[in-house]
Amino acid sequence: MTLPVTHQLINLMACLLLLIAFAMVSQRRILRLIYLFALQGLVLSVNTAVVAFATHQPHLYFSAALTLGLKVVALPWLLHRLIDRLNIRWDVETLINIPTTMLVGILLVIVAFNLALPISQLAGTITRSSLGMAMASVLLSFLMMITRRKAVPQVIGFLAMENGLFFAATSATYGMPMVVELGIALDVLVGAFIFGIFFFQIRETFDSLDIHHLEKLKEKT
Amino acid sequence: MTEIALLLGLPLTGALLLALWGHRAWAADLNASVSLLTLLAALALTARIVSMGPMSAGRELFFVDAFNVFLVALTAFVGFTTALFGRVYMRVEQDRGKLTPGRLRLYHSMYQMFMFTMLLALTTNNVGILWVAMEAATLTTVLLVSLYRTAAGIEAAWKYFILCGVGIAQALFGTILLYLAAEKVLGAGGSALLWTQLLAVRDQLEPNVLSIAFVFLLVGYGTKVGLVPLHNWLPDAHAEGPTPISTMLSELLLNVALYAVVRNKVLVDGALASHLAGNLMMGFGLLSALVAAFFLSRQTDVKRLFAYSSIEHMGIITFAFGMGGPVASFAGLLHMTAHSLTKSAIFFAVGHAAQKTGTQVIAQIRGLIQTSPAVGWGLMLGSIAILGIPPFGVFASEFLILTTAMREQPWATPLLLAALGVGFAAIFSKVQAMVFGDTTAQRLAHPPALLPVFVHLLLVLMLGLYIPPYLAQWYRAAARMIG
Repeated sequence: MTLPVTHQLINLMACLLLLIAFAMVSQRRILRLIYLFALQGLVLSVNTAVVAFATHQPHLYFSAALTLGLKVVALPWLLHRLIDRLNIRWDVETLINIPTTMLVGILLVIVAFNLALPISQLAGTITRSSLGMAMASVLLSFLMMITRRKAVPQVIGFLAMENGLFFAATSATYGMPMVVELGIALDVLVGAFIFGIFFFQIRETFDSLDIHHLEKLKEKT
Repeated sequence: MTEIALLLGLPLTGALLLALWGHRAWAADLNASVSLLTLLAALALTARIVSMGPMSAGRELFFVDAFNVFLVALTAFVGFTTALFGRVYMRVEQDRGKLTPGRLRLYHSMYQMFMFTMLLALTTNNVGILWVAMEAATLTTVLLVSLYRTAAGIEAAWKYFILCGVGIAQALFGTILLYLAAEKVLGAGGSALLWTQLLAVRDQLEPNVLSIAFVFLLVGYGTKVGLVPLHNWLPDAHAEGPTPISTMLSELLLNVALYAVVRNKVLVDGALASHLAGNLMMGFGLLSALVAAFFLSRQTDVKRLFAYSSIEHMGIITFAFGMGGPVASFAGLLHMTAHSLTKSAIFFAVGHAAQKTGTQVIAQIRGLIQTSPAVGWGLMLGSIAILGIPPFGVFASEFLILTTAMREQPWATPLLLAALGVGFAAIFSKVQAMVFGDTTAQRLAHPPALLPVFVHLLLVLMLGLYIPPYLAQWYRAAARMIG
């Protein structure tokens, strides 16, 4: 059985998304991390356009353009400017070493596929297998947030998680209704700005962006 | 429709005006007046719903029934009294040089913005917009938690931001799954996320997808409710932010997040033959109540103490809604009201006490009854009310929840009683020392705003002694909605 070209394209995009998620987990340099994030946004945007073409849903083209503007251009540019202004170039420190993280990541992919199995069997939409991949990349971004010590990679992990969720939304359903999608985009944008303000506040107060300074508030034992 | 437009338009306009002039001397008065007008709009809406039944407006974008109009009224009321309290509280903070004009502007503007997002979350009919509004509510308050720019404040705000951000992302996934199931029945497009439409077809929705969706939704919104084990952000955010914001977070945001869970539970219950959603909520609720109760005795910071008490009470309310049925839902709604009113009264009193002594450390706040009897009595009576001593309203609702639990979920009763007992011992001993101990502290420069404290306590007292028939009717209608 051969799938139509568009479906193969969507599957390809899903694979790329997962691959980029793994690349992000293993990436040590902050600048590369931002490029990878932009690339992920591009994959997301292309995928949305392909789904729009395959299902003849014109509003998805708009959504694809929005993703392109927000996640490929605006947010990476913002992050880039921030790390320039804050003058951070160091390598990313991880809590667990990278090979171990990758192994945990593989386990997460298996979990995600199992979790997605009952749902994607029901999904009558064109792209059944991509739901599992989307879920896997959400979990991988989550893993990245947990294992990084600095504020900037944590934020990139957070935004990458949002990307995975969007991929799930476009591949499992034909995208959310427009008004919701606009609302989510606005939230993400405002959120990114607040993250930016935070970087400065944290830096001003602690002279560093290392999160371990932010572990003072605990229950006394 | 006019009422809804006013209800949402007023805070939004207020936020814009205060963003420009929020640092002026009259900004606090403007903030309070806008909140008063919002309250009037909420009351008009309530009157309309009570007399004419549920309504939807704006091409089904908004939907108001007994359940959410009750929360709208509560939110607007506490929003108004908190603005009154904040007027005095923030002036003292400003005199002490803790606030620059810019920060004051941020505070006033975001206060109204926060009200707007909560009212939007309550009145919208679109489950997707509900999510957007919940996320926006986090975004508006996150910079307020770090308003003082202390190290601890920034840490608390960062934790709040990241944990709630991750949590709410799970809720987005849940909403996507819900849409996936709904789209099969309702077709793609805007209407498949409208709650009223979903309600009509809820028994046709795919049960497997919905049960997975509910787990994600509960974890996501549950993070904002402060359910254990997702509660870590809550005590920090409450302790480090300015007291009016602690009040709003604890009394209003938690309620709105729980509202989101309950709305989704109604849909899931219809699709599933089992009692899965209710069981999950009972489990999480009970765990939260128990864990929070045992954390109470270890607190040394007075705002953290009452933050844990909020977790305990939200746990009890979640348990009540999880149990379901007309009596338990009625009790849950009553408890929501009583808890919001009482706990905000306590936070007002605590705010003044902390300003007077210049510290939030329990061991250093002593003898409130000597230096300012009104604050002392406010705190004491508030604590007695929140601990569920009759004749206050919290007693009535806890009694109802316990008796229903004995009949329907006997295994849970001893656990609930243990949580309430441990909480009582911890809070009472600490508050007693704060109110009646010896002190050398002096009086405040500005007279404290104690009117809200006693108005709230009176209302709670009234709820315990006598629930007016129209209010009871209203609760019953709302409880029927929840099922």
